[in-house]
Amino acid sequence: MEKKTITFILNGEKRTIEVEPNDILLEVLRTKLGITAPKYGCGRGDCGTCTVLLDGKSVRSCLILAVEVDGHEITTLEGLSKDKLTPLQESFIEHNSFQCGFCAPGMIMTATELLKKNPHPTEEEVKEAISGNLCRCTGYVSIIEAILDASKKY
Amino acid sequence: MSEYKFIGKPINRIDEKDKVTGAAKYVDDINFGPNLLYAEIVESPYAHAKILSIDTSEAEKVPGVVKVVTGKDFPYKFGLYMKDRYIFAQDRVRFIGEQVAAVIARDPKTAKKAAKLVKVEYEPLPAVFDPLEAIKEDAPIIHPELASYPHVPWYYPHGGTNIAHWRKVRKGDVEKGFAEADFILEDTYRIPRYAHCCMETHIAVGFVDYNGRLTIWASSQSPHTQRHLIAEALRPLGFTEQNIREIVPYVGGGFGGKAGVTMEIIAAALATAVKGHPVKVRWRRDQEFYNTYMRQQVITKLKVGVKKDGRITALERTDYWDAGPYVEYGANVVNAATLSATGPYNIPNIKMDGLCIYTNFPAAGPYRGFGYSEIMFSIESHMTRIAKALGMSPREFRKINGIKEGDPLAYGAPMNENGLIECIDKVADAIKLEEKEESKDPKKAIGKGIAALWKAPAMPPNVTCSAFLKFNEDGSINILVSGMEIGQGMYTVMAQIAAEILSVPPEKIRVELPDTDRNPYHWQTVASHSTWLLGNAVKRAALDAREKIFDVVHRALNYEKDHLYLEDEKVKCTTDPDFELPLKDFVINGIMMEDGTYRGQAIVGSGSIMVEFASALQDPETSQGGHPNVHYTVGAGGVVLEIDKETGRVHILKLAEAIDVGKALNPETLKGQLIGGAVQGIATALYEDMRIDENGKILNPNFTDYKIPTSLDIPDEFIPIFVEVPQHDGPFGARGMAEHVMIPVAPAIANAVEDAVGVRVKAMPITAEKIALALLHGKKEVDDFFMAPTKKKEA
Ligand code: FES
Ligand code: FES
Repeated sequence: MEKKTITFILNGEKRTIEVEPNDILLEVLRTKLGITAPKYGCGRGDCGTCTVLLDGKSVRSCLILAVEVDGHEITTLEGLSKDKLTPLQESFIEHNSFQCGFCAPGMIMTATELLKKNPHPTEEEVKEAISGNLCRCTGYVSIIEAILDASKKY
Repeated sequence: MSEYKFIGKPINRIDEKDKVTGAAKYVDDINFGPNLLYAEIVESPYAHAKILSIDTSEAEKVPGVVKVVTGKDFPYKFGLYMKDRYIFAQDRVRFIGEQVAAVIARDPKTAKKAAKLVKVEYEPLPAVFDPLEAIKEDAPIIHPELASYPHVPWYYPHGGTNIAHWRKVRKGDVEKGFAEADFILEDTYRIPRYAHCCMETHIAVGFVDYNGRLTIWASSQSPHTQRHLIAEALRPLGFTEQNIREIVPYVGGGFGGKAGVTMEIIAAALATAVKGHPVKVRWRRDQEFYNTYMRQQVITKLKVGVKKDGRITALERTDYWDAGPYVEYGANVVNAATLSATGPYNIPNIKMDGLCIYTNFPAAGPYRGFGYSEIMFSIESHMTRIAKALGMSPREFRKINGIKEGDPLAYGAPMNENGLIECIDKVADAIKLEEKEESKDPKKAIGKGIAALWKAPAMPPNVTCSAFLKFNEDGSINILVSGMEIGQGMYTVMAQIAAEILSVPPEKIRVELPDTDRNPYHWQTVASHSTWLLGNAVKRAALDAREKIFDVVHRALNYEKDHLYLEDEKVKCTTDPDFELPLKDFVINGIMMEDGTYRGQAIVGSGSIMVEFASALQDPETSQGGHPNVHYTVGAGGVVLEIDKETGRVHILKLAEAIDVGKALNPETLKGQLIGGAVQGIATALYEDMRIDENGKILNPNFTDYKIPTSLDIPDEFIPIFVEVPQHDGPFGARGMAEHVMIPVAPAIANAVEDAVGVRVKAMPITAEKIALALLHGKKEVDDFFMAPTKKKEA
């Protein structure tokens, strides 16, 4: 297959790379670019561990081809953490919102989008927003609390 | 009461900064360099078949393929408690998905493409999936050589049958017990298979360097046990524990599924075939369902007799466990569960049989609860049914029979100190068990239910845990252990224990992820025993370091050791209030004397522990004698739920759980664990529903069709309760609780469903469909079990 050159903004930096037309964004981020916060949990859009922001909107990077992000902007958890932690990240720490932590990168990206769109969500809105991000460890309660608490700081 | 500075405090997790920034590295996040190869596994499409031939020639020709291997390359067996499994199938496959061959290639796409070109010729054999069918005389025998398999002394395999292990427990006289009973309830319960569904799928990378040293990076609960089992299996190739190293970074969930050895041994074996290249094996989500342990399916026949006053006189049960085709770990689940299958009750006459049965479903084994979730579903459903039949509150009935300290267990040993009755009362109070509630919506009904629980750590009697501890120049500490942080927050608790003894705050303590070369031995992170046993090892290491600190101060400054104590990172003295010496001033560089010489040493501590009172040697016919379980952790759970009478949909309004943790070392992480485990319990009770066709194929190995709870499926309210009856040999009185929180949830839900709508569901899961159909057809009892439809017999 013929390789394609794509250029996009990754966590604030312009990147140009060669990919195959059927390369999945998640794997390209992880293996070609060393961006490992987005995780493989299912590879078919069911679990949300691979969630990243595409032009500010949360998407599942396991369902997107790398060529699709040509000319766009991608933000991963690494991008949020660059200078200092966001109030949302601080709140996740305060509320002990992780156990194994594998769902965290996707969960935080989804919550970041939520708080941007809706800075003061209700508990129901928080539950609804993260319902596509599976967590097997925490039972979600501490995550919901962290997001609600963080929303007070926006 | 002594006041602790760090113990019992809601200290933040020490790994949280890593996890909130994406810095936490899991195996797949490690960069193995451009020489990395990828493996694709060729899997059996048959549940039971002979392998006639394997032709790898076409696959080998694909550009980018480095090597193709088959069972002939690795005719080696492995297994934790019984050696019944090969790394790759030899002449026979025993489940769909079994590893037959592997293609190693430069990239995953090539490996996948080439794997399709491996031609395998099979001759299908009759398969068996139902454990009751599998023990019939004419059933196909899955392991004809069972009688010759090496196993631990507490397994009793029946060669020539599909019974891999048969645990018998006999106490008192059941016939007499039933004769004395005023009321007897006899019934059958059925529990399907369940999957762990860790968010991180299994992954392992093996690497043999040009010096012949094998390194394995794995997502594992058991670095040392894996190193040992892999060394045992690969001995013919010249490997020993000394030249195998296993490194385990962060792990994305375990729940028992990453204990023992499953796919890690494949990565290790493949690495030996391509020296100089790291080889990665990562399960896709569907492979995760087939090729790691699942929870076993079990059919329980249970009979309990009681007096009018509520005293249980006799209990008889037989549990038929479907362990799949390899029981090297799973048979121990059956063993542990059967020994405790009375539930936490003092029963004088007992007859229990646990049969671990080979079938052609994928291999099953340890899963959070280690068999107790399964046995307690039947017991706790039964207890409530009997209480209601006697016209007694389910709370009172449990309190009458609840086991107390010193009461004899089914196998004769005495029960340990425990707060069972307090847990039952607290939970029943929290949900106002005896008060009937009405839903505001006439289409809905509200019900309440409780269930008690107990669980002992299931471990061999000679399990060892150890810890190293070293000081740094600034007075900070590194602790090295090989217990795994799989999410439970164990490292934080280990830091708290050392912090308390050495008066160094937990934020100045690092606990390092295991590397078998450097970190001391730890059996496996399973059985919810780490807080208790590893906690003791860390405590000993801290005490060892403290002793050395006092020794240095005594030698340099002449203070009596007995007068010294640690406070706020300083050494202080009871007889000289003006004396204080910061740890950082001497723990590495020592204390200078007047003549310019120094007294001291870099302070290190070590601690190790083995349980010396446990024994698995029991009479095989009765299980009497021995001391197989170190102690039990007890508790109770209760739910208030609402059911839509048209759709059968269950919504949990309130979930309360009380666990006697001995001492809550970190109430915050405990609370998180309790809620997470309770939701996992809800998952098995209401949502997860594995479907397998009549050929042994899983129909829903993905999260679209195998539903685990989302944020929308959790109870409206959680009430976590910790009871603290100290464990005499626990660190600061603590005992473990990680798995326990899952155990009471399913039976409490079953009990509440009956309370709400009068339908007793005896076959898990308790789906909306089952409830709605029962209500529609006026059925009071549901036995429907959907997992494996058997072929319709010709009339
Ligand atoms: S890995 Fe993308 S949604 Fe699961
Ligand atoms: S913390 Fe383990 S999956 Fe969410």
